Amino acid sequence: MAKKVKLSEMTNMFKDMEILALEGVTIEGDIELDLGGLGGGFDPMLAALLGQENAVLAQHFARLASMFGVPVGIGAPAGVPAAAPAVSPALAAPKLKDLIPAKFDFENIAEWANQIQEVPIGNTSADGGSRGKRVMLGGEKALPFFPDAVMPNRNQVTIDVFDMRIGLAKAVKVNYDEVMDSPGEWAKKNVEKFNADMITIHLISTDPLIKDTPAKEAAKTVEEVLQAVDVPIAIGGSGNPQKDPEVLAKAAEVAEGERCLIASASLNLDYAKIAEAALKYDHDVLSWTQLDMNSQKELNRKLMKQCNVPRDRIIMDPTTAALGYGLDYAYTNMERIRLAALMGDDELTFPMSSGTTNAWGARESWMVSSPLKEDSDWGPREYRGPIWEIITGLSLAIAGNDLFMMMHPTSVAVLKQITQTLFGSIEAEPVDIANWIGTEV
Amino acid sequence: MKINSPLEAYKYLPQTNCGECGEATCMAFASKLIDRSGKTTDCAPLIKEKKFAKKLAELDRLLAPEIQEVEIGVGERAVKIGGDDVLYRHKLTFFNKTKMFFDVTDTMEEAALVERVNNIANFKKFYVGHHLLLDGVAIRSVSNDPEKFAAAVKKVAEVGLPMIFCSFNPAVLKAGLEAAKDKNPLIYAANKDNWKEVGELALEYNVPVVVSAINDLDALKTLAKTFAEAGIKNIVLDPGTYPTGKSMKESFTNFLKIRRAGITGDTEIAYPIMALPFTAWMAGISDPVSASYWETAMAAVFTIRYGDIMILHSMEPYATLPEVHLAETIYTDPRTPVAVDSKMYKVGSPTADSPVLFTTNFALTYYTVESDLSSNDIDCYLLAVNTDGIGVEASVAGGQLNADKVKDAFDKSGFDLKKDVTHNTVIIPGLAARLQGDLEDKLGANILVGPMDSGRLPGFMEKNWPPKK
Repeated sequence: MAKKVKLSEMTNMFKDMEILALEGVTIEGDIELDLGGLGGGFDPMLAALLGQENAVLAQHFARLASMFGVPVGIGAPAGVPAAAPAVSPALAAPKLKDLIPAKFDFENIAEWANQIQEVPIGNTSADGGSRGKRVMLGGEKALPFFPDAVMPNRNQVTIDVFDMRIGLAKAVKVNYDEVMDSPGEWAKKNVEKFNADMITIHLISTDPLIKDTPAKEAAKTVEEVLQAVDVPIAIGGSGNPQKDPEVLAKAAEVAEGERCLIASASLNLDYAKIAEAALKYDHDVLSWTQLDMNSQKELNRKLMKQCNVPRDRIIMDPTTAALGYGLDYAYTNMERIRLAALMGDDELTFPMSSGTTNAWGARESWMVSSPLKEDSDWGPREYRGPIWEIITGLSLAIAGNDLFMMMHPTSVAVLKQITQTLFGSIEAEPVDIANWIGTEV
Repeated sequence: MKINSPLEAYKYLPQTNCGECGEATCMAFASKLIDRSGKTTDCAPLIKEKKFAKKLAELDRLLAPEIQEVEIGVGERAVKIGGDDVLYRHKLTFFNKTKMFFDVTDTMEEAALVERVNNIANFKKFYVGHHLLLDGVAIRSVSNDPEKFAAAVKKVAEVGLPMIFCSFNPAVLKAGLEAAKDKNPLIYAANKDNWKEVGELALEYNVPVVVSAINDLDALKTLAKTFAEAGIKNIVLDPGTYPTGKSMKESFTNFLKIRRAGITGDTEIAYPIMALPFTAWMAGISDPVSASYWETAMAAVFTIRYGDIMILHSMEPYATLPEVHLAETIYTDPRTPVAVDSKMYKVGSPTADSPVLFTTNFALTYYTVESDLSSNDIDCYLLAVNTDGIGVEASVAGGQLNADKVKDAFDKSGFDLKKDVTHNTVIIPGLAARLQGDLEDKLGANILVGPMDSGRLPGFMEKNWPPKK
């Protein structure tokens, strides 16, 4: 447009048109304009009022104004107009003018290239066993769920079965009451109803202080469980260091060729006997130590060097202390073990297993209410227990644990859901979280 | 922290070994600075003498934590977040445990609002000699009405907890700030649409502010950098917290990326991070217990991996108890073993007829037993046996707790079962039952096997004390 117009001329023009006030048009100072409704195209109502010529003029002013940084019309931030410039001193000289662009950079950690050993549990017919599937543990090249490298195998859950009726927290017991006299039925329920990836059979009745069940008889329970389900199984003793080697050796024999996980070899018993049976009858060994990374190294070394256990048959259990009852030690122990392994310590490069069931030893998981008067109400224990087991396990999953020995069906379901979400295998409808503030709950 | 050896810190100290800080040498003091158990303000000459001013400033810069520390609220319940220097707690420790803020809305009835805020303020759970608490209140502006928001803020402010103001509308935030002058709330949030106005509010009222860019780390860093250059120091990052599926995995990955970048030297994004487990309630989970479980699981994930502050909804104890316990777990100092002195303790005012018990010197075990006894008014003697800070069950299995160790602990404490009490009886933990025979021989005393959990001691005492002759 060739014609140049000054503001004073513009006002004079309006004066002649018998308009008292222009709706949506404010003129302040020399260039400060706010021309409401003129931003994109022009307002037909205003055009009719001013006549075509003046409307074009007004648009020109709008463009001019926007060149000087005055917000105009549609698209300008709300809240700035009219009143704003006059009041706040902060806004009179705004410190925030333009965004200062920045780019976020992220590099993967290269020195974590040392891979955790992959260890299979369970032999299918192709492997010479009778399991319907095998589970694979380990294989990580980074901390769990970290973006540095793909995590090849998801977390697995093995649900506990005992070879006799035992005292259980009420919330757990209600799920198993009718199968507790039959390890086979118990195992079946764990798989069919509670979606267990594996079964752990604990031969606790063999403890001389409990029933002193002979090893031969205990081995029958193992056979019963192997026949009842076709998932891989873990076989645990009673924890009696004198009796366990004999019991586990016999169990290994009857389970020949199934590649079970024999639990456990530890420093305070005849681990060589357990390792020998595992090798002879084609099983994996659980290397169990108590919250001490150096003992864990020592035992793993002995299993490999003294007992010739191959690397792909060792899984570690560095001990699980429950949430509120030493989880800080268990968590750090596992994280340190996993980091050391990833950075090259070959004596620790094994998948880990957690006796997550230990969470039920925490009083918060089973006690009716707090024994302490000053505590806030603890709420119903049937809801408290499962989440105690979930959080105990989940924390260790993040620290590097691969296999979970668990009990409560809800705990199993939620732990699987959250770890598989972090693993990246859960599809879900995307949730629009932009308006979380206004959500009605 | 830009330096990591005492020698590097030593260079900036007076090097006079004056001892005013309580350490024998400046080098010893330097080690305390590096492990963050000491502060530069403990060195009087460094603070007072002008000639050290430049060194002090430089040392403070070098010692500053990698992640900015941000304070929210005022008074005794004010909280600090951020301040971390490492990615893994065993490398040093994590500082300023994750803070749990629970939501209220500005559309709640006043009575319900006040009740909920009081519940948040009064929650407590005993743990190892102190109480675990909830940290603050997040006020969501559902109404988007400045007046309604201001009214809710006024009510919440009366309770004295730190607050987060939640709205993307600057007029709403401004009304809240006017209603709670000098309460130092955290304002949520500046995003790509409102950043100028919200940033100006943060400057005008000198309050901490959240910058929010969902799943866009470039935009998040851009906002943080823009605010920092404008002189805003107290910034919190919200990269978005998706509740489900692959988008949740992506949120988790964003937290990892931001913290790793911050710890390894990208100062432009080295700020505390906010997680929103609250979004579990938007995931379409139909029953409230399941939604609550999911929120708690999300809270756990982000407590462990770098969430410094979070907004939650469920106040059910089954949700809050594990949340506060986990934060305590992840943020306890792994450098200090949690053990109490191995000795004989008096609970209440015991006499010669009072029971004698023992437990381990693992702080958790000791305090649990001690509080179970004292809160039930059981006057007694409680011996803490040195098990290297391991609990009863594990130390019996591992051999750290046996009859010799118990005898040794009695001998060292100077307590004589035959002279100091009339009954010559010791109550032992149920989990140490297998030591009974050995203990009878070694101590020459009657042994009563107590309950498996000390929470059952009151009932046990009613039935078994005084002991039958």
